[in-house]
Amino acid sequence: MAYITQYCRIQNRMLLRQGSVIYSNLAGDLDTFLDTALTALSIYYPKFYKMDRLSKLGFLAAEVLLRDLELMNRYSPQQVAVVLSNAHSSLDTDIRYFETTKTIASPALFVYTLANIVTGEICIRHGIKGENAFFISEEFDPQGMCEYVDLVLAAKKTKACVAGWVDVMGDQHDVFLYLVEKQGNKFSLDHSPAQLQKLYDLKYGTVDGRSQKTDH
Amino acid sequence: MEDLKRQIIEALNLKHLKPEDIGDEQPLFVEGLGLDSIDALELIVLLQQHYSIKMANPQDGPQIFKSVKTIAEYIRANQTT
Repeated sequence: MAYITQYCRIQNRMLLRQGSVIYSNLAGDLDTFLDTALTALSIYYPKFYKMDRLSKLGFLAAEVLLRDLELMNRYSPQQVAVVLSNAHSSLDTDIRYFETTKTIASPALFVYTLANIVTGEICIRHGIKGENAFFISEEFDPQGMCEYVDLVLAAKKTKACVAGWVDVMGDQHDVFLYLVEKQGNKFSLDHSPAQLQKLYDLKYGTVDGRSQKTDH
Repeated sequence: MEDLKRQIIEALNLKHLKPEDIGDEQPLFVEGLGLDSIDALELIVLLQQHYSIKMANPQDGPQIFKSVKTIAEYIRANQTT
């Protein structure tokens, strides 16, 4: 049995951890939201501005997910895995890169024309060196993700796994990142397809400036 | 030189910097601004796009891209228009 010990969500230009809004910026577009979120979270990481939207979303979600957990103090770099998935792969950046090839192709965009680059950015930032995989599916697949993460955790060396869904196409974005550990704590939830689906399906909105969480 | 710094900031997405943060002779790579090999390629694109300069010999890159001053000198020496 494994446990979901933390989860976070980015949707509708809102960044949430464990259901609470950490940051939101509904005024601008997605690019504005991503850049202002970095400042709001007091993160100094110049390379962030060079990333594509997919990597920025994954990077921010991982920052919020792993904040204050001291994950890398509890585990060795090889004991932490990263398993991500999405629907649009790196298509958002592929299209931007293709546009530049009509004049002079951009090397900086070209390096982001693979979906799993976001995994690399998260691993570099947090010093993770364990197993990793990236799956493409039409929609978030709790059954498939749960089975694969359980398989990764069944391997002796892996103790924890950053997993989830990081998808972007234009301004449309959808992120659900969660941490699965072999060892649970008093706040942890069972790692099961039903639980993942439940957390993914939570819809967030604001009422009178306060965050609200509703099941649908 | 200020225009060139602005172009570099824009081309390399150095949003955390302002032109005045970059010294004319400050090293751009490794111990200086910390640019990497992809940035070097973007600088080649910048020369092509803004100044219509195609670097004849890529091996000259490290010398040309040493600092903003050396890039400016290279542009002055090679710009035809």
